[in-house]
Amino acid sequence: MSTPTLIPATIPTQEAPVCENPVEAFLRTDRMPHIWCPGCGIGTTVNCFARAVLKSGLEADKVAVVSGIGCTGRVAGYVKLDSFHTTHGRAIPFATGLKLANPDLSVVVYSGDGDLASIGGNHLIHAARRNMDLKVICVNNLTYSMTGGQAAATTPEDSITTTTPFGAYEPALNLPHLVAAAGATFVARWTTYHVAQVTKAMRRMLTKKGFSFLEIISPCPTLYQRRNRMGDGLDTMKRYKEQSVNSKSAVDLASIGMSKCGEITVGNFVDIERPDYLESLQSHMRASLGERYVSTGVPPCR
Amino acid sequence: MQADPAGVLTGIHFMNGDQACCEGALAGGARFSAGYPITPSTEIVERFARRIPMIGGMFIQLEDELAASIAIQGAVWGGAKAFTVTSGPGFSLMMEHIGLAAMTETPCVFVDVQRGGPSTGLPTLPAQGDMMQARFGSHGDYPCIALCPSSPQECFTLMIRALNLAEEFRTPVFLMMDEVVGHMTERVQIPAASEIEVRPRKLADKGHAYFPFRPDDDLVPPMAHAGDGFRFHVTGLTHDERGYPSMTPATQASLIGRLRAKVDQAIDRITMVEESDVDDSSVTVVSYGISMRVAQKAIQMAREEGIRVGSLRLVTVWPFPEKVIRNLALRTGAIVTPELNLGQVVLEVERCAGGACPVIPVTHPGGTVHQPEQILAAIRKGAAVAAKGVAQ
Repeated sequence: MSTPTLIPATIPTQEAPVCENPVEAFLRTDRMPHIWCPGCGIGTTVNCFARAVLKSGLEADKVAVVSGIGCTGRVAGYVKLDSFHTTHGRAIPFATGLKLANPDLSVVVYSGDGDLASIGGNHLIHAARRNMDLKVICVNNLTYSMTGGQAAATTPEDSITTTTPFGAYEPALNLPHLVAAAGATFVARWTTYHVAQVTKAMRRMLTKKGFSFLEIISPCPTLYQRRNRMGDGLDTMKRYKEQSVNSKSAVDLASIGMSKCGEITVGNFVDIERPDYLESLQSHMRASLGERYVSTGVPPCR
Repeated sequence: MQADPAGVLTGIHFMNGDQACCEGALAGGARFSAGYPITPSTEIVERFARRIPMIGGMFIQLEDELAASIAIQGAVWGGAKAFTVTSGPGFSLMMEHIGLAAMTETPCVFVDVQRGGPSTGLPTLPAQGDMMQARFGSHGDYPCIALCPSSPQECFTLMIRALNLAEEFRTPVFLMMDEVVGHMTERVQIPAASEIEVRPRKLADKGHAYFPFRPDDDLVPPMAHAGDGFRFHVTGLTHDERGYPSMTPATQASLIGRLRAKVDQAIDRITMVEESDVDDSSVTVVSYGISMRVAQKAIQMAREEGIRVGSLRLVTVWPFPEKVIRNLALRTGAIVTPELNLGQVVLEVERCAGGACPVIPVTHPGGTVHQPEQILAAIRKGAAVAAKGVAQ
């Protein structure tokens, strides 16, 4: 019996087309592999972000990323942009100083729910109130993941975490409602299932002036989903697909708090215009001081 | 580099230490400040908020001291020279970001107008109780440069010096004032801009591969600003020369060792002391800030009693002028150290004297300054002990 020939008689000489990943230019590939777990949604959001920066037409050298501490806080270390991995909860005030010193920069704050909404909650409120021109991307995985899955201010009631072993009983913070009430000019919530919508929302933030906030609901299969017997990353994608509701009409933001198993209201909820911090400052100073006002901003130190 | 004339209020003024500190910041090139109101330091940023719109720069009042102490660092990486000011509990809140500035080598100045503590303590009254906190208050080992003015004039000159040292060593620098120095009003002479030396920032050359934390021979790496095109990374994690996290004992040893060494090896250049009549003195008063002003009266009274008293004022308290004190202890009969705390800097004086002469602390819990008689009593005691030592 002759052995079947597996190799074709003629080997095609034509080279396979070289496929470049457009996102790679935005990543510090020399830092791969990253620390995120299989099934984690943070990498998905970074992919969306890189595409959004590309599509926005912004000069990458003028985009800076500021992160706090936590799993999402590691984003700053993986994006090939000017990037700052700061302290827990304080990415927003760092970004505030950076933006005011150099208003030509598009300053993106990229961090997690524990970082931005709990320890850094006060800064979140006040930056929204000031309408500081920051683009805040909040990956909300409903738990403190870097430290091993403790309860967060965003953990839905009845969730099992290491610090709520018998189930969480505090109400969870409703981030879009909070940030809209504080004065943000763009507020959206999507999940990591909604990659097209996330990318589009990020593009909108990058090209819009003022305080904008995007909450991205994301799985933490290792700590949140596993402990709550909610399956793995793929099961969570199915939940996001089946239970996300985008009403497209005006939503009562007070009613869209996250629950453990219920519907997830998604959408771009707020997109309004009002003068940002720098515009308010400059117009006020011009009105008060007239010719005496030196409107050059903060001169660079040379 | 000479100071930018826009920020220099040349002339002779009658102003308090807080106001003079603000003028020092402006003369020294600071064009960004973030702050949160707290007595007795607020007047510094109140003046800055009033002055800066006509000079070109920015002040922002933030929601707390945590925000203020990191916003200035964001501004520095955005290209500004920046500082913040605080007192008492505000200084405690800033500790984490002092560590961040040390770790990320962010040049900036923290002004602490010391008041009585702990906790809310004595908001409107003086103390010098934060001296050890400045040195060791943030967790981990970090370099520390701290200057102590004893007059409004020095609040001006030392604020410029603090900004210059921050740039030279890429490290946070402390201006450790106190409530009395901050609120006392005296003559302050502000020279012409051309007579004020301002240290430029050491910036990376464009067009070369850039390693944000690779030091030059002086152990200080050149800096880059966001937007310059380097696309660099900065982290509070232990990091390598690329700025990438590297959590190994070897990287920790190399980074933390360098951060300390860059300041320690330049201690002679950083140290400023004011010495008078020390040689052949039976007693020398070693102190700093407002306590040295009060001690002058006690020294005068002791001299009237025939005691040979010298004085050595520490203008630089950190890094501690070890050699200066060691040398002094070999030349004088006894050291008397008054300070408005229950014994902080005196511990360093004792350590450096190394038993070569007795060291007598004159402690005070704060709330007011010493009575000269308290210091005089210690001088008499020192003279007696010194005489006994000589007799033996």
